Parts: sequence; structure tokens; C-alpha cells
Amino acid sequence: MRLNKKGTGDIYRNFRCRDAVRLCEPHPGYPLATFQLFLVIYSIMNKIIERVRLSDEVYKIVVEAPLIAEERKPGQFVIVQRDAEFAERIPLTIADADAKKGTITMIFQTVGSSTHKLALLNVGDSIQNILGPLGRPTHIEKVGTVVCVGGGIGVAPMYPIAQGMKEAGNRLIIIMGARNKSLLIMEDQMRAIADELIVVTDDGSYGRKALVTEPLKELCEKDPKPAQVVVIGPPIMMKFCAETTRPFAVPTLVSLNTIMIDGTGMCGGCRVTVGGKTKFVCVDGPEFDGHQVDFSNMLLRMSSYKDVETAAHEKCHLEMEAEKLEGRS
Amino acid sequence: MSNHPDAEVLKKNAAEILAGLKDKTLSARDRIAIPPQEMPAQDPKVRCHNMGEVAVGYSEEQARVEALRCLQCKTAPCVASCPVKINIPGFIVKVAEGRFDEALSIVRQSNLFPAICGRVCPQEVQCQSTCTVGKSLKSLEKAVSIGRLERFVADEERRAGKSDSPVLPPKTGKKVAVVGSGPAGLAAAADLAKAGHAVTVFEGFHKPGGVMIYGIPEFRLPKEIVSREIEALKKLGVTIDLNFLVGRTRALKDLFKKDGFDAIFVGTGAGLPKFMDIPGENMVGVFSANEYLTRSNLMKAYDREHADTPIFHAKRVAVLGGGNVAMDAARTALRMGADKVYVVYRRTEKEMPARVEEVIHAGEEGVEFHFLENAKRILGDEKNRVTGMECLSYTLGEPDASGRRSPVVVEGSEHVLDVDAVIVAIGNESAPLLPQTNPDIAVTRRGNIIVDETGKTSLDNVYAGGDIVLGAATVILAMGEGRRAAASINKLLAGT
Repeated sequence: MRLNKKGTGDIYRNFRCRDAVRLCEPHPGYPLATFQLFLVIYSIMNKIIERVRLSDEVYKIVVEAPLIAEERKPGQFVIVQRDAEFAERIPLTIADADAKKGTITMIFQTVGSSTHKLALLNVGDSIQNILGPLGRPTHIEKVGTVVCVGGGIGVAPMYPIAQGMKEAGNRLIIIMGARNKSLLIMEDQMRAIADELIVVTDDGSYGRKALVTEPLKELCEKDPKPAQVVVIGPPIMMKFCAETTRPFAVPTLVSLNTIMIDGTGMCGGCRVTVGGKTKFVCVDGPEFDGHQVDFSNMLLRMSSYKDVETAAHEKCHLEMEAEKLEGRS
Repeated sequence: MSNHPDAEVLKKNAAEILAGLKDKTLSARDRIAIPPQEMPAQDPKVRCHNMGEVAVGYSEEQARVEALRCLQCKTAPCVASCPVKINIPGFIVKVAEGRFDEALSIVRQSNLFPAICGRVCPQEVQCQSTCTVGKSLKSLEKAVSIGRLERFVADEERRAGKSDSPVLPPKTGKKVAVVGSGPAGLAAAADLAKAGHAVTVFEGFHKPGGVMIYGIPEFRLPKEIVSREIEALKKLGVTIDLNFLVGRTRALKDLFKKDGFDAIFVGTGAGLPKFMDIPGENMVGVFSANEYLTRSNLMKAYDREHADTPIFHAKRVAVLGGGNVAMDAARTALRMGADKVYVVYRRTEKEMPARVEEVIHAGEEGVEFHFLENAKRILGDEKNRVTGMECLSYTLGEPDASGRRSPVVVEGSEHVLDVDAVIVAIGNESAPLLPQTNPDIAVTRRGNIIVDETGKTSLDNVYAGGDIVLGAATVILAMGEGRRAAASINKLLAGT
């Protein structure tokens, strides 16, 4: 097993090594040692086997996590923590998984200090803690025409949902949007599964120059209108997509990614108001009826630690820039 | 305020008492006359700025003097009111004799985690509530300090750097899964491992210990003590698998099917925080106590230099509730730099469910109590940030089902408390995940798993205990439940 060469979090990992060694010793009358060894090995994994910088602030990492790869379903997420002592636990969506290889793919944007630190890990490094899959899976069934709207890195978690919708026999229309061409991700994968793919950019540097709400509105005006819309992206985009579909009464699912600590229903930090009731994104969601979500309150709640995040972002960004100058990325 | 007991002075006084009693045969009257030993603690003015343990523990001299106060009642009412029936007079007599190892062995026969229980058990409503010494002196506070003595013998072993290497029992070849590593799960795991089963504890968090790690703060239960108890468990051969959420990472039934476990104990606790359901509760600056404490304890947000997890900086904090969790949250808020911390509780001090010692400590540190008050709504600015809390006053009416007098609102008593953060500590409900992912397990209307008298659930070979069964209770009750279920599982597996 390989230790993190930066030397962070090694105490814990060493301890796990010893555990594994202990369990490797012959255990008379302990036929379960093999199983236990298997479990220990699984928990020391989380090794990064691929790392790609997709754009300035967007990274893709493929991580060994066989149990999660086996169980995960579209719409679910993981909680990631770089090291157990002082790192933050952050929710990340699962963009893809390969049950045979035992890997999951995560695509994330560097927004705070934790995502920046995550972006600094190399192939071969391990992420100490990954918990999942979490949240209720997307309800997937054949309903007719489904429009999947992905904005920015929201395209990543949309991919498994779109796949599922397609496999269930739906006609799949995908709208993907970004601020500019360089921030567009996964276009080829999406094109491969969509019956119709609409690409938009805010600045017109690629595809149609529009916000995602424009083509969405046009689709809602058609007859027959879509049977289902699923939206994942920045909160403000999800809010406006929900407003776009509301007059047409097209059922609109949004997938929320609020502030979380445990991800298991224990802290309530992720709570949102849905239809006047308090719901926990981690266990009641992450998907909710977009027409019922109080986005204004959610946006304000998500800015609870804005001051801390902004400071961290600036500091980390300088480090990232320095790293880029050093020729890595 | 500065009448807080100094450890050295208390130790010196105890030594003098001990010298005076040397070689004397003590009558019951003599014993009752021995002054109760105060718990030495950090100075409140100092400790409200640090995370170090508040109660520093008895010295050897103090422990022996306190132990001499025990009358060794033949009827031992204390044992009857201990949830796990520790042989209390038995261990106390050994403390008096200075045979601390033997005292600890006696405690351990009934309680596997004395360093923890000695610190967090509500002794004044359990063992100490029936103590004859307290009754004779007509003061509950003057009962023999059984909890402090329990803590002392456990700490003494740690101080001496001793730890027993357990004799491992012959392996049965059976596998048992324990879901959750809180008090119930750990107690069950220990008994199951001692019976020779291969035990794996599954924990969702990245550290084991459940509420003892995420909830109870460092200043009340140092995490090093919890870790030590968990290390002891590992020596028994127990495997702890972290970041593993049964129900999501593996379905409960797959633990049987895919992993070949023979039995499962579910001890997932009462982790779902309750909210007040009042206007403004989802504003920025309103937290469940679970969130606030988890940020501070598990995520170490109190260590601002190193921790990545932020904690909300508030200057004036209102904590809603009157239990231990409310005390923990209030005292943590002080340590995070709040100038004013109010505990708002709709009954009076007498009805507070918190341990008496915690209430006293909180008061000494400067927490202000607003009794007979409750929140009506939370006020905020245009950015939804908390600016105040509107409260109502209450009086006490007739006793309710719990026997406590129920609060009655005083009409027109609205008034505003000037605060910039609100922490809701009004209790927890059962963890929703396992019932949610296993609809066939029988639960009550409140989501608590239903078990029979052996701890068995409606599913074969699946047992449950602790807060997931009881609703939010105490560490010691959860441990008792875990042990009961473990005994049933041991019996079940012996018969197969």
C-alpha cells in the first residue's frame, strides 16, 4: 500500500496498515479473517486512479471505492473527507461508476478550501474517507419525453440520471449549459445517449447563445409538452428552471447540494423548506419538486459561511495558480 | 464566583482527614460526619476559554475519604437504582482501602466503560438518588459521590499506564455485525466478542464512538478517553469499519446474504434533530445542537487554526432546551467566543433534565438562564440572518403524563431577546435511515424500532437496542440495552 507522499494523515493510514497485517496472520478457527481483510482493504482504498483538470476550476477524479460503485444509483452522492483530523466533510455527486472495476467518478469545482485541497491530490494518493452512496436514488420510470437540464458541473451528476431515463425507455432531451465553452463538460457522453442535445453558453462561445431556460421554455410550449424535467446546476439556475416550467405544470425535479456535515440525517445543516415543511436534503432528498422548494431561503442558507469561503478561495486559488506555473495540472 | 474548589487545597484537606481517621474503627455516625468531597474543577473564568476538561477528578486522598463515607448498607439501595447493577458498595470499599485495581475489576464486571459513565451518567437520579448517606443528611448533594469514584478508579488505571491484555476466548466461527458505534453498539460488541464471535462494528462517521465523539464536548468527556475504550475493544478482536453506512453502503439484508453474518445488532441511535416548527427557524444562524456540536467536536472547528470546518461566529446566542445537550451547546458557544449565552427553557430549574453538575458548571461559566420562557418565532434581517428571538413567558400548570408540571403560556407576554444565533436543543428522534431502507422492520409511530424482551426486532436474527429503541435516553441505558441484546444473540448463536 502506498502512503501519501505529502505525509498528511499518515498516522491513521499506518494504523490501518497494521490492522491489515494483523489480520493477514493465520487465524486458526477464524475462517472470517479473509472477509475481514477484505473489509479492511476496502476501507484503506479510496485511491485516486485518474485525475483530469477539465477546466480552470473543474476537476474529474476517478477513485477506487468498490462498495459504493456496486450500490450507487442515479441521483446519489458521497461525502468526501481528505483526512480525518481536520478536513471538512463535503458532499460530492457521483458522475459515473464502474461496478466491475470498482471505481466511482467525481467531478467537482474548486469553490472553498476543501475542494481546492482535493484538487491538489495526485493519482496514487488516497482520499481518507468516502461515505456513500447517500440520498434517495432518482425515481426513474418510463413517462414519455424527459428533459434533463444540466448547468455547469451539474452536467456531471445529470449523466447517470439521463442514462437511467434513457434505459427506462424515455425519449431523452438534454439541455446543457455553461458560462463559456471552456466550462462545458461531458458533451460527448451526453451526445451519445441523448435523442436530442441542446448546448447553450452564456457568452455564445459555443452552441446557442442563451441561458438554459430559453430552450426549456420552448420545449414546454411544444405539444405534447415534456412529461418530466430534471434540473441540476447552480441553485439560481434551478430556481429559474422551476419558474420556467411552473406555468406549464411540467413536473420538475431539482437536485439540491446544500451545506452538509454527516449526510446521514444527523445535523440538519442541509435543511430546506419544501412546500412549507422543513426537509433534510441528505435523507429526504437530494431531489425535490422544484415547484415547492423555497430557493430564496436556500440560497441565503448556503451563504452562511460565505466570508470564510471567500477568504479560503482566494488563498487556495493563489496556491493553485502557483501550482499551474510549476507545470502541474 | 471564585469560590471554585482548588485541587491542591482539596487534596491537602483530604489528606488531613485521612490521617485523622487512620486506624480508627468507623461507626455509621463517624462516616456520615466525614465531609463530602468536592470535585476539583478548572477555574470558571479560565475554562470558559479552553476546551480542557472542566472537572479534573479526585486525588487519591479525596477518593479514599469519599469512599469512607459509604455505609456499606446491606440492602445496597444504590445497586438497585443503577441501570447496570454495579456492585457499588463492593468497589467503594476497595477504594477506601486504596486497592484501586480491585475496585476497577468489580466495576468492570457490570460496566465496560467506567471512565465514560463516571463522567456522563446522571448519578443524581440513579445510584446516588437512593444513597442512605444522602437521605440521612437530607440532601441529595451529600450522597456518596459514586460517579466520581467510578471515574477515579478508571482514570487511576489510565494514569498508571496499565491496561489488561484480555484473554481471547475460543472462536465460535460465527459472525455478528453491529450497526453503529455509539454506547449501545460498543457495549454489545464487547459482550459478543467475549463470547468468541467475530464482531464487525459498522460506523457511518469517520471516527467511532457515536454521540460520545460527535455530541458530548471535549471539556466534559475527553475524546482520548473514548478512544482508549475503543482500543480496548479492538484488543478483544473487534473490527471497526468506518465510513460504512448500513442501509446505503450495504443493505441490511445483504449483511446476511453477501457477507455471511449470522446475526445483526442495530444501535443506530436517536440522531435526527427535532426542530421547534416556528417561523424563522430556517434562517441563517439557527442550528440544531447536533450540527453545532458536531462542527465543534467531531470536526474540531474549535481549533480554528487547523480545522477546515467553519463554525458560526455569534456574539449573543440563545439555546433552546434544558437537557445535557442544551448545556453542552451553551458552554461550547461560550468557548467559541460568544459574549452572552442564554439558555431558554419553558419550565424551571427543578424540571431541567440536565445533570445537576452540568447546570452548575454552566452557570459558573456565565451562561444565563431564562426559565419559564420559550421561543415564539425567530426574527431576521433582509438577508435572513438572525437578529433576535421573540419569546413568550410561561407559568407551571398541572403535571403532565411525564409527571412534570406542564408549562402554560402567559398571554400577551411576547418579548424579544437580542441574539444573533439560535441553537435548538429540544431533543432528537430516532435515526431514520434503517427503517427507511428496510420497510419490513417494525417501528413505532415515532420511528423507534420495536423489540421484544430479548431485544429482538421483527426480523429474524436482527436485534436492536439503545436510543433507536428507547428514543433519546442516556449513555448508560443504551449500554444496558446493548448488553441485553448481546446476551440474546449469544444465546441464539449457541443454539445453532
